[in-house]
Amino acid sequence: MAEQAFAPHMVADAQAALDDIAVLRSDRFRLEREADWTRLDQIITMLEKGRRSRISDEDSLALPTLYRKTVSALSIARESSLDSGLISYLEALTSRAYYQVYGPRTGFFAWFAAFFSGGWSRAVRAIWLDIVIILLVMVAGAVVGYVLVDQNNDWYFALVGPDMASGRVPGADTDVLRRSLGGGNAEDSLSVFAAFLFSNNAQVAIFAFALGFALGIPSILLVTHNLALLGAMLWVFVDAGMGVEFVGWLSIHGTTELLAIALAGAAGLHIGRAMAFPGKKTHLAAIQQAGLTSAIVMTGVVLMLVLAGLLEGFGRQLITDTAIRYAIGYSLLAFWAAYFAFTGRRKEALARQTSEDSHHGA
Amino acid sequence: MARNAAPALRTSGLTKFRRMLVTPEGVGLNISLASASARFGALMLDMVFINLIYIAYFLVMFLLFLGFGLGFEELFTANPEAVNGLLSILFVVTILFIFIVRNGYFLYFELGPRGATWGKRILGIRVAARDGGRLAPEAVVARNLLREVEFFLPIQFLSILSAQGNTSSFTLIAGVIWVLVFAFFLMFNKDRMRCGDLLAGTWVVLAPKQQLTEVVAPQDSMTSAARYGADYRFSDAELGIYGEYELQTLERVLRDGSEESERTVYVAICTKLGWEPGAGDERAFLENYYTQLRQKLESGMRFGKRRANKYEGEG
Repeated sequence: MAEQAFAPHMVADAQAALDDIAVLRSDRFRLEREADWTRLDQIITMLEKGRRSRISDEDSLALPTLYRKTVSALSIARESSLDSGLISYLEALTSRAYYQVYGPRTGFFAWFAAFFSGGWSRAVRAIWLDIVIILLVMVAGAVVGYVLVDQNNDWYFALVGPDMASGRVPGADTDVLRRSLGGGNAEDSLSVFAAFLFSNNAQVAIFAFALGFALGIPSILLVTHNLALLGAMLWVFVDAGMGVEFVGWLSIHGTTELLAIALAGAAGLHIGRAMAFPGKKTHLAAIQQAGLTSAIVMTGVVLMLVLAGLLEGFGRQLITDTAIRYAIGYSLLAFWAAYFAFTGRRKEALARQTSEDSHHGA
Repeated sequence: MARNAAPALRTSGLTKFRRMLVTPEGVGLNISLASASARFGALMLDMVFINLIYIAYFLVMFLLFLGFGLGFEELFTANPEAVNGLLSILFVVTILFIFIVRNGYFLYFELGPRGATWGKRILGIRVAARDGGRLAPEAVVARNLLREVEFFLPIQFLSILSAQGNTSSFTLIAGVIWVLVFAFFLMFNKDRMRCGDLLAGTWVVLAPKQQLTEVVAPQDSMTSAARYGADYRFSDAELGIYGEYELQTLERVLRDGSEESERTVYVAICTKLGWEPGAGDERAFLENYYTQLRQKLESGMRFGKRRANKYEGEG
């Protein structure tokens, strides 16, 4: 018998005992291996329950071997056994073991730590080209908005809705404009923060990303329109001689917020580009790879938007001094730039090194 | 390996949901996609759990506030500004809490060892990587980030707009269409992927869990004779009337152990063999027939001969 030929001679007696119990070769095959499967089953159950610490060292060491044994038992059983109860058991056990052996290596918190200590920055650096494109589009949008209103004031009303303008219109009274840049009390902060979270810019950011699906074109349009609106508003304040104050009012949270919108738009564009130009990969594979990078970027964008919301709600309402507003806004910008440029470099270099090594090896 | 998928051994799940997942060891695993209704059910259950967390949070906050109010009553009546300040901070904390719980819930559980939220666990489904590789944390993040865009945000916007009372019917319809397009996206592709799955390279599959059943007919035919006082021997021709499908039906009947169905199958086999069905010895007959039929079919398998069912010719 094939099984006996491979087994050590010591096992021959046990084999004879099995022959008494089971007449079928496939049943004997099963009885010989059942103990391994039960052991694997127990280890997997512990892993599934998250009780890693309850697994003994021997069991941890044995897991990969037990898994491979069970996988190969499944392929043998499929070709030699007609016991469907056995085969579906092995299918289920192998699947469960497979999900544990090839499951996510890190938990939620470990992933989050890795995300902040470099994962996010690496993803941002990976889509640098898209970020550059979006930043150019944003600048162009703002310039267009400014110039259009400068040429013809009617453009302002086309760009900025009456709700949003709330008195900030071309030729408006300087006092009205000044008041709109001022501070407020805690209650106002609350409503501003609440309004912010569900409002315009958070929406813009998330939709700029989501609409990346449509080849990234809506992302670009959305960002352009938004920045044109900003440019138009800037003109109103510059016209009233309050350009510096307006930029300060905008900068305290705007550096973070506009950067977040830029990153979101870039993430959307990244997916859009992968759809339009998948290169040598299949469309699905290209989208998937772009999607994973973009998802990391967007996780960060969401956090940036929350920070921007807090700054807009509290920082801007409570800090009315233009110089301090500038200082906060631009030190944050410097922080983001340094953070994205420098964190997580070592791992990147390491990854490049290993990929080069394996290249040379091959 | 592809041939391995072919044997009609799986009895659960619709054929169109069956997929083959090839492990890095090169063995194909039969998996079954989760149906749209299971996905929807799991989401609803998760919404219930998330809302229970919110309710617990609000209860705790309410009790804390009540306690504070009673403890510092004089302070607050003297200084109503402080109440407002406290309330506004609480409001911000609450908004953040709602947001974090909603996203953290899915991320935490889908990154866990079972790859499934509570709702998914209850319905026996889980998230898996489509390419059969490791389920990357980024993939879980990606699919849940898109859930925000697909489901939570539009619902949130719509409910806020309608609470403010300034929803035009146009935004309402647009919002509803938005939600529906994303919700039905998964019905229009064969792998039941929602946008998040597509982007993340994941899909949702059944997470089978099964106990190892006993050997169907454990005894040697010699001991079977000792057990039942009867020993049946079937000729090759008598075994040749059935194939694998019939063998597995017989296996199910034997595993169930219901005397009624055993009797039915016993009579059916006897009639087919042209035997006069007796009474009281069904189990022994069926166990013997099962063992010998399986032996015959399995020895055929070893020579590469398989017979799917009784309609297929032998060899």
